Amino acid sequence: MLDRRGFMVSGGAFALAQADAAAVDSGTNIKHDGAEAPKNTAADPLYALTPGEAEFLTAVVDAFIPADDLSPSGSECGVVVFIDRQLAGAYGAGARLYQEGPFQPGNGQSQFGPQSPLPPLQFIQLGIAELDTWSMANSNVPVRQLAKPDLNTLLQNLEAGKIALPRIDARAFFSALLQLTMEGFFSDPIYGGNRDKASWRMIGYPGLPATYSKAIKQYRGRRYQAEPRSIADFL
Amino acid sequence: MVQVLKSTDAVIVGLGWTGAIMARELSRAGLKVIALERGPDRDAAESFALPQIRDELRYSVRQELMQDPKVETVTLRHRLDDEARPVRRFGSFLPGDGVGGMGTHWNGNTFRFLPSDHRLRSHLTERYGAARIPDDMTIQDWDVTYEDLEPHYSRFEALCGVSGKAGNIAGKIQPGGNPFEGPRSGEYPNRPLTPSHANELFRHAATEIGLHPFPAPASNASAPYTNPEGASLGACQYCGHCDRFGCEANAKATPMSTLAPALRQTAGFSKVTNAYVTRVLYDAKGKRATGVRYVDLRSGETYDQPADIVVLSAWVFGNTRLMLQSGIGEPYDPRSGKGVVGKNYCYQIQPTVQLFFKDEELNPFMGAGGLGMVVDDFNGDNFDHAKLGFFGGGYISLNSTNGRPISFRPTPPGTPAWGTKWKQETAQWYRRTASVLCEGTNYASRTNALDLDPTYRDMLGQPLLRMTYNFTPNDRAMADFLLGKAAEIGRAMNATVVAPQPRKGDFNVVSYQSSHNTGGTIMGRTPSDSVVNRYLQSWDAHNVFVLGSSVFPQNAGYNPTAAAAATTYWCADALVKKYLKDPAPLVTQ
Ligand SMILES: Cc1cc2nc3c(=O)[nH]c(=O)nc-3n(C[C@H](O)[C@H](O)[C@H](O)COP(=O)(O)OP(=O)(O)OC[C@H]3O[C@@H](n4cnc5c(N)ncnc54)[C@H](O)[C@@H]3O)c2cc1C
Ligand code: SF4
Repeated sequence: MLDRRGFMVSGGAFALAQADAAAVDSGTNIKHDGAEAPKNTAADPLYALTPGEAEFLTAVVDAFIPADDLSPSGSECGVVVFIDRQLAGAYGAGARLYQEGPFQPGNGQSQFGPQSPLPPLQFIQLGIAELDTWSMANSNVPVRQLAKPDLNTLLQNLEAGKIALPRIDARAFFSALLQLTMEGFFSDPIYGGNRDKASWRMIGYPGLPATYSKAIKQYRGRRYQAEPRSIADFL
Repeated sequence: MVQVLKSTDAVIVGLGWTGAIMARELSRAGLKVIALERGPDRDAAESFALPQIRDELRYSVRQELMQDPKVETVTLRHRLDDEARPVRRFGSFLPGDGVGGMGTHWNGNTFRFLPSDHRLRSHLTERYGAARIPDDMTIQDWDVTYEDLEPHYSRFEALCGVSGKAGNIAGKIQPGGNPFEGPRSGEYPNRPLTPSHANELFRHAATEIGLHPFPAPASNASAPYTNPEGASLGACQYCGHCDRFGCEANAKATPMSTLAPALRQTAGFSKVTNAYVTRVLYDAKGKRATGVRYVDLRSGETYDQPADIVVLSAWVFGNTRLMLQSGIGEPYDPRSGKGVVGKNYCYQIQPTVQLFFKDEELNPFMGAGGLGMVVDDFNGDNFDHAKLGFFGGGYISLNSTNGRPISFRPTPPGTPAWGTKWKQETAQWYRRTASVLCEGTNYASRTNALDLDPTYRDMLGQPLLRMTYNFTPNDRAMADFLLGKAAEIGRAMNATVVAPQPRKGDFNVVSYQSSHNTGGTIMGRTPSDSVVNRYLQSWDAHNVFVLGSSVFPQNAGYNPTAAAAATTYWCADALVKKYLKDPAPLVTQ
């Protein structure tokens, strides 16, 4: 089987170099911030997000899922790619979301689920902009340029409801970021995240085909271990 | 413009579990039956095939098989004085959509209710005295007894090929089954499913502390099975993709896997899909319905379908909403207690205890929808409530349903939700955790009710259903009690960490709890206390019959489908044997 992770990581570095070369050649101005150059995201086309938004998400996703001996980082696993594609598709446009008014947003109403008038794409984009503004006002840099410990603190405060943003329920924004990240990390790799089934390896989830009528007894009390397989492995 | 169609003998609104059973019974009796289903038709072989069906994101998280809130949703407020907000995405419960309804993507736990559940007010009054029942607890008897329903429970179990172990056959207690259940006429059609390792740990521990564990009855066939309708089911693969998914192995009993072959061969049956019924055409003077109106959601055209008999099987929300929109029966007013339609809306309290085992390998991804080990010692009134400050209870079970990783990755209390520590804990515990679930009763309360929302509208501009709902002090006391018992079992299982997860605060519609909603069109003895009589016939329109858990006056500590199906068979029996001969009220006042 193809080692997708190895392929993507080296492919990513290669593609980034290519993109830089292209920018110089054509004279277009690809925006990135020197030492804070986007890591993996530039290797993949963006369908919905701007490069700056993808950088924001790369920083956040890598705080949520840092690289360690359990797995590569969230963005290395394709989580930003996943989020961009989800937001570019039906989900991002508000499929299966009731969007009639009147809207009664507000903090402390978490029993009802998000009440924002925005579909997920615009909701995430607004949240990114608002949190960047907040970060500029408090730390003089956008979220993607925060040092790791500062970013962690910011995310902890956001999670705890200690940050209020003017036009968006800050906690709902945090929940959406975390939920999308976990979806990207743990879903079948066909959606662009969970590259090389990194999360499935990390926890020992075997994926498909999931037919265990004999194994449920044979492996009682013993670990069932198998090379994880994705939907794509059966096509 | 409304197009009027050719009249039919019976029209059925909603083709899920109860609608499909009724369609079969009426067409078998020779009637021309048209079923109108809001959602699409899905061919199981085409739609539920490997590998695509094992897609957690698509089916479980994005809820592909379920009701689209853009078409129709509900609103929620916790108190009568609050303003309701719409449920913009479904979470705590997941209404179905399309042929098969929720029955396509249910788990398959197929429990009978206790005999005392069917006559709750009488039972509690006899045992504890009327004064013990709080004024606001508006519970009542079903007016159909367990004995009335026993043959119909049996029919449903035979239809589904339920895998289980009887605990009481004709009054004789059977080892290994549920000693608290009502007397059954026979054994389950299939032997129990193969227990998981976690199931076995639970069984041993529960036995050790003096409880009576038994395998959960499941509509996941433990072996290939052919039902009395001639439909064949395959053997369950313990695939861990049961609830929220269609079954790739055709082992899950669903309305379509069990009844489609028979319905296909019945000349009198036809169905129209993407047909969203907006009202029952009601002749209030004549006290009867003349048919139903629906909109074809693909073309946008509106149709009137005249019919001699109208069956509502559109689940709890659909049934209640259609009765209210059509002006059949008096809407319930929680302030005065007058009226009936929308009354006694109930749900379920499901606290859980999460267990973590340092030295066990549990393979959580191997599981089946209804695979569980259960104790019923603390359900309903199976234990003495004389000295307790609440009524009700629930079964406590260890279910091995799935380990799908987007949603299933518990970590011990105190673990952060992200970052390095979260990763370590997730990796350490994913394969070593299981939860003990309490399936709590929910007894009706005066203020928990359904009505039409004054503000929010569905895609056609009609009012949404509004629920006024919160847990009551009785519910919370009951849940705490159950949680204590569940934790005790967890400790007896020698779990490294026993983490009770009480349901605190106001009811929330975000995290999944159960799709076991009940009430709104309840049954009872008189038109002043109920919407339908004991035959599920409307008091206000004798040719309207209402099916499903919306007729339960309160909820029991079980999954509701077997009871909904049994009452459907009971209703069909009365319809075919009595009503067709003399189309009039079956209960006279
Ligand atoms: C994830 C999940 C797991 C579950 N697990 C279990 C379990 O283990 N055990 C158990 O007992 N129960 C379980 N349930 C609940 C079970 O599925 C339901 O109790 C059962 O299907 C109800 O049958 P019904 O006929 O009342 O409704 P449904 O089967 O849902 O059928 C109702 C149908 O009516 C249609 N409809 C609604 N409104 C209209 C309208 N206006 N016009 C036309 N059509 C309409 C709907 O589209 C739907 O197809 C589960 C449910 C879910 C979602
Ligand atoms: S667990 Fe069994 S019944 Fe359920 S979907 Fe899988 S194979 Fe079918």
